Amino acid sequence: MSRIGVFVCHCGLNIAGTVDVEKIAKLISDYPGVVYATDYMYMCSDPGQDMIKEVVKEKNLDGVVVAACSPTMHETTFRNTVASVGLNPYRCEIANIREQCSWVHQENKKKATEKAVKIIEAIIEKLKLDKSLIPLSVPITKRALVIGGGIAGIQASLDIADSGYEVVLVEKNQSIGGHMLQLSETFPTLDCPQCIATPKMVQVGQHPKIKLLAYSEVEEVSGYVGNFKVKIRRKAAFVDWDRCTGCGLCMEKCPVRVPSEFDELLSKRKAIYTLFPQAVPNKPVIDADNCIYFTKGKCRACEKNCSVKAIDFEQKDTFVEEDIGAIIVATGYDLMNKAEISEYGSGEYEDVIDGLQIERLLCPSGPTGGIPYRPSDGKIPKEVVFIQCVGSRDPEHYYPYCSKICCMYTVKQAMLYKHAVPDGQAYVFYMDIRCNGKGYEEFLQRGIEEDRILYLRGRVSKVFKDRDKIKVWGADTLTGRKIEISADMVVLATAMIPSKGAKKIAEKLRLATDDYSFLTEAHPKLRPVESLTAGYFLAGAAQGPKDIPETVAQASGAASKVLSLFSKDELSHEPIIASVDEEVCVGCGSCVSICAYEAIELDSLTKKARVNPAICEGCGACSAACPSGAMQQNNFNKRQILEMVDAFTKD
Amino acid sequence: MRTEISIKNTKSKFLDKVEELSGENIYACYQCGKCSAGCPSISEMDISPNEIIRLVQLGEEKEVLNSKAIWICASCFTCVTRCPKGVDLAKIMESLRQITLRKNVDYVNPLSISKEVLSQVPQIALVSSLRKFSS
Repeated sequence: MSRIGVFVCHCGLNIAGTVDVEKIAKLISDYPGVVYATDYMYMCSDPGQDMIKEVVKEKNLDGVVVAACSPTMHETTFRNTVASVGLNPYRCEIANIREQCSWVHQENKKKATEKAVKIIEAIIEKLKLDKSLIPLSVPITKRALVIGGGIAGIQASLDIADSGYEVVLVEKNQSIGGHMLQLSETFPTLDCPQCIATPKMVQVGQHPKIKLLAYSEVEEVSGYVGNFKVKIRRKAAFVDWDRCTGCGLCMEKCPVRVPSEFDELLSKRKAIYTLFPQAVPNKPVIDADNCIYFTKGKCRACEKNCSVKAIDFEQKDTFVEEDIGAIIVATGYDLMNKAEISEYGSGEYEDVIDGLQIERLLCPSGPTGGIPYRPSDGKIPKEVVFIQCVGSRDPEHYYPYCSKICCMYTVKQAMLYKHAVPDGQAYVFYMDIRCNGKGYEEFLQRGIEEDRILYLRGRVSKVFKDRDKIKVWGADTLTGRKIEISADMVVLATAMIPSKGAKKIAEKLRLATDDYSFLTEAHPKLRPVESLTAGYFLAGAAQGPKDIPETVAQASGAASKVLSLFSKDELSHEPIIASVDEEVCVGCGSCVSICAYEAIELDSLTKKARVNPAICEGCGACSAACPSGAMQQNNFNKRQILEMVDAFTKD
Repeated sequence: MRTEISIKNTKSKFLDKVEELSGENIYACYQCGKCSAGCPSISEMDISPNEIIRLVQLGEEKEVLNSKAIWICASCFTCVTRCPKGVDLAKIMESLRQITLRKNVDYVNPLSISKEVLSQVPQIALVSSLRKFSS
């Protein structure tokens, strides 16, 4: 016969206001197998826990039921409580009489009380069949993989490497730096992003603990937290980086000129190129799609001029495999393509540019040396219209979310434009101005008061060409007027979306994403840097639109999560997982195909399902799918479930 | 009707004059509307006080100077004490009146005040109204 104790929590009035807790405790004390039952104001408080401990010892309990809130709240608390007095923690169960009873049945106290009794009885039946379980120990590889070499990936890598652990940093471009290196200046301090980011980039390049794999992409990830195997494709650069000295002569001699992606198509680059002068690593790659030798079979000008013979047209993609314990995904963002918006010219007007293009025009190291000559004719624009919320906050056509950074970068861009063209005028069409950061509101007011940026509250309905002007039709809802401005240049603050390829990576890593392919965090408030899958952490705009300070903070947060993982020598893994009764299993494979974690395989010899306990997350999908009943979840087996149903449905 | 806005509005002499006379930064107003919400004379005004500033920001000279609101403003300073940005709207209203008055346009003509009004209105009101509304 069991010796079970039941502890009913009032949770203030959360439970006791609806459910008659004293009555329940009395009724339950007569239930078969129960040797003690009581109620208390707050079971989770120290006195509440002490009471449980005392009773476990005094009555020599072999099981505890705490009737309280959802197990997601305090299951760990109470399991630790009973474990501290020698009871196996898996012999402690939570009967949820708050979320599943008192909160939803406030209108009928009598029935709520009856239901609470049934919930507790069902849990008692389950507990009677619960096994004492011991958590598994899994070894851990203390090496981190960081995907994406923008400011998020850079910060996370440095934090982990500085703590003494090895980091493999994978970047798809030939240099780390990301979008931050494209920017003109940064709000709200107007300091130069190159000045503050390049020292960090150099640190990454020089760090003995960081293995930087630039011009590379993650090909495949297998394994589980603490023990990932990662296959990485090192794309053919057609340049032997070990030999290359980064002298740049090849780039000088290359006759090809194609639009530069780094300059957002506002300048030309060569077919052999680096992204920018401070690149890390400062090594070029050949763009085979545009190289004359690759397309027409002749030229090799770069090869002829390379004194160290680093050019290698025969180079092929190679693969490396890395053992990794934790992965940080920092794949960043892109801007929505302005060509998608027909009312703003479908991307056909040269002088209607997007947020990153104006950054390049205003950047002192950009293609125009920081003077915003307009793309069509190189004239200095005297009137510039900035349009915010382009594609953002537009659930009907594009994206319902706020891109968060545009309000601030628009002030900054309008301000820098005024600094470059003091006799010019900047107009900003906005819906709301969101300056939710330290010093941000003050920065906005400075832009309006000192640089006299004219803010007009309304969306722009149409942008069209009128000789050498761009006509802008908008509204100022403050005065109820329809506004027309003949602008020389228009800047669209287009929506922030996950970077190209982020979706593919999320699929490869089997990470959850939202409707727009931003990575989903484990909890929106309390676990913002973890993914739902153990061992994966999120940093930067890959998780949602955010600015540089927030990105850096999240990156450091993700790094500290990795470090806390690495602080242990073994990982403890929850034992409530699937297990197979090999006598019953017929090897049909239903469980193998349904497992989202690839934790089950069929043994090649016996043709029986085999669960890898380190990977199994205990979701229960396999035991539900198993037609023979061979696959059972520990402490949630079929008999337990049926006993619970019986207890719940008996009169 | 679309209102055309250009550099001519935002850098107009009118705007400069208002700022010069009032000593206030017109662009400091962020259009919260608190001035209008608390104005004791608002029910008599054709254009609310915050909208007056907005129109000055947009350089709409005619509309502002032709409004009744700038003359109805009693300079009671309620808006001034409450403005979160420290914009002295009373000074701006005065500067707008001055722009008209300095063109030698009297807004109140003593001869056109009826005897009936004269007999009822307190003397001090007549004095201050002539001081405020005539050049």
